[in-house]
Amino acid sequence: MSLLTDLINLNLSESGTEKIIAEYIWIGGSGMDIRSKARTLPGPVSDPSKLPKWNYDGSSTGQAPGEDSEVILYPQAIFRDPFRRGKNILVICDAYTPAGEPIPTNKRHNAAKIFSHPDVTSEEPWYGIEQEYTLLQKDINWPLGWPIGGFPGPQGPYYCGTGADKAYGRDIVDAHYKACIYAGINISGINGEVMPGQWEFQVGPSVGISAGDEVWAARYILERITEIAGVVVSFDPKPIQGDWNGAGAHTNYSTKSMRNDGGYEVIKKAIEKLKLKHKEHIAAYGEGNERRLTGKHETADIHTFSWGVANRGASVRVGRDTEKNGKGYFEDRRPASNMDPYVVTSMIAETTILLKP
Amino acid sequence: MAIKSDNSTINRLEQLLNLDVSPYTDKIIAEYIWIGGSGIDVRSKSRTIPRPVEHPSELPKWNYDGSSTGQAPGEDSEVILYPQAIFKDPFRGGNNILVICDAYTPQGEPIPTNKRHKAAEIFSNPKVQAEVPWYGIEQEYTLLQTNVKWPLGWPTGGYPGPQGPYYCGAGADKSFGRDISDAHYKACLYAGINISGTNGEVMPGQWEYQVGPSVGIEAGDHIWASRYILERITEQAGVVLSLDPKPIEGDWNGAGCHTNYSTKSMREDGGFEVIKKAILNLSLRHVDHISAYGEGNERRLTGKHETASIDTFSWGVANRGCSIRVGRDTEKNGKGYLEDRRPASNMDPYVVTGLLAETTLLWEPTLEAEALAAQKLALKV
Repeated sequence: MSLLTDLINLNLSESGTEKIIAEYIWIGGSGMDIRSKARTLPGPVSDPSKLPKWNYDGSSTGQAPGEDSEVILYPQAIFRDPFRRGKNILVICDAYTPAGEPIPTNKRHNAAKIFSHPDVTSEEPWYGIEQEYTLLQKDINWPLGWPIGGFPGPQGPYYCGTGADKAYGRDIVDAHYKACIYAGINISGINGEVMPGQWEFQVGPSVGISAGDEVWAARYILERITEIAGVVVSFDPKPIQGDWNGAGAHTNYSTKSMRNDGGYEVIKKAIEKLKLKHKEHIAAYGEGNERRLTGKHETADIHTFSWGVANRGASVRVGRDTEKNGKGYFEDRRPASNMDPYVVTSMIAETTILLKP
Repeated sequence: MAIKSDNSTINRLEQLLNLDVSPYTDKIIAEYIWIGGSGIDVRSKSRTIPRPVEHPSELPKWNYDGSSTGQAPGEDSEVILYPQAIFKDPFRGGNNILVICDAYTPQGEPIPTNKRHKAAEIFSNPKVQAEVPWYGIEQEYTLLQTNVKWPLGWPTGGYPGPQGPYYCGAGADKSFGRDISDAHYKACLYAGINISGTNGEVMPGQWEYQVGPSVGIEAGDHIWASRYILERITEQAGVVLSLDPKPIEGDWNGAGCHTNYSTKSMREDGGFEVIKKAILNLSLRHVDHISAYGEGNERRLTGKHETASIDTFSWGVANRGCSIRVGRDTEKNGKGYLEDRRPASNMDPYVVTGLLAETTLLWEPTLEAEALAAQKLALKV
């Protein structure tokens, strides 16, 4: 055992080599499965444009036919590798055909287009994304800490709770927090959630396209850590039916105008535009969200658009500070935990900045 | 819940948990801690702070979902956290911190379960400040096996041998859970909590630690921080912490939170007279104190098992069966401190310490009430 650990932790620079390992990461055919493979590079790299394009077998991920299986990876964002450490890196990529077209599951491409629109860049859109997730016992897929064949005591004591009978899996959450800070992800906090075995981390404030890159990198690191811990991470928006909270990915959002004096009026106008496009947003806010957005368990009903100050039962919530200061941000509580952050962030920017009613 | 991997992947969570990020960033992690709706449930969540801080005033206010802790309705759920005290984080190490907070409405009013606010007011009263009140709090607690909620070390479906060998005992048949108590001791010292000692208690599976001497509001902050650290340690150990004042009915000790108390005048020459006057005041407010000294205390304060009956106020030198005990040293030196043995293990230290200061320094009985009480207690003041 100890020999394997020594080998994994070998500090390559001790051997005199400049080589580094780059883990190329991409999103697979379901839109939610994360894939990765590693390659050696001759020296350290900090600029994604200096990294070589690569390719993978799209027929093994449901993204290409067998007779024409190569899918090209374009490196887009670099993070430090908390598992290999040293100068090794994680690389967030998106996927293209050999002809240079984004493949259908590549949502980053369209988001990048929206974020490079001059009207959007001038508004400097900020995102704070609250990623909720549930930990499941391996093999039986029942939540971590729950008795097999039964249920824990009802919700109440678990939100931000401590104690062996209230917090299940903290080591995973804490390890993830430090790993993300090390990686250079803008992780801003964590907390235990209302359903036992459920947790949340927040990434932000991130500008434009980096919000999506950082959330996907954080999801990858979380999946690697749960792999180490022998536990399964679920991004399902309603993992357990009944009187148990679902899992969301509340997206906090502001533009330059919203953050400046008089911003509250801009916020209210933006919320009105979101109301007009409620159906379109909901359709893109995650599969299975109708099981979660019931109007109960601190959600708004999926069919109705509502907003309110400090109201956790609304589609959009505006914080008391924002109301008081007359400027700030708002929280879109509709996205599910399995949403694609490229889609959600760019859609919110598109609807609130580019849409002319 | 301790995570153990049973697939063939090598368990490398330890390395990530102990990662020292300070070579890579100035950022620190601050764990904001507050008291939930039951008055005894401790809650926390963390946030990243751009660089290390020295003083709570440098930390931002924050907010949490009060509707999930029984402290606010869903349509108006934000409760604001004001940072009040900083401790080093023994779990994350480095420059990371624990932050004891209290809770306010968005309008700036303390919410009903916020007991710190009133205590802070009492402790900033000039009369109280001049007397520099010291507190030494003896926190007792019981460890329970996780799924059955039966005390640690007790046989499932049965009882251990009667009390006798366990108080300060050693040995696998007498001491259950020492690692938790010892880990907690060092963690608190690291954190900067004023922990002064630990010991195994009379009931097997029960332990005690002491915090103090602390001045004024610090006593409450240090106790709540130490309780949080204890709950985190038991969480890691897979054991449940109970602060119930009488966890097992029958011939088994309860768990208290004896509060030792002195003022400047009590500590100086002639202090014993000041102590006796304080005891007199306390005797006249017995009911007020008792009702604030912890839920379920009536199951513990029976007059047996080293307690005084909940209905009667009494005091004595070296007497553990009294409401208030004065040490032999204090009597001999003519100055020192008193021990209020009434508070239960689940008491709120802000309430108890604030009340002790209020009753002995800010409250005055009528002359007749005082005279009657002096007679009853055989106290010449």
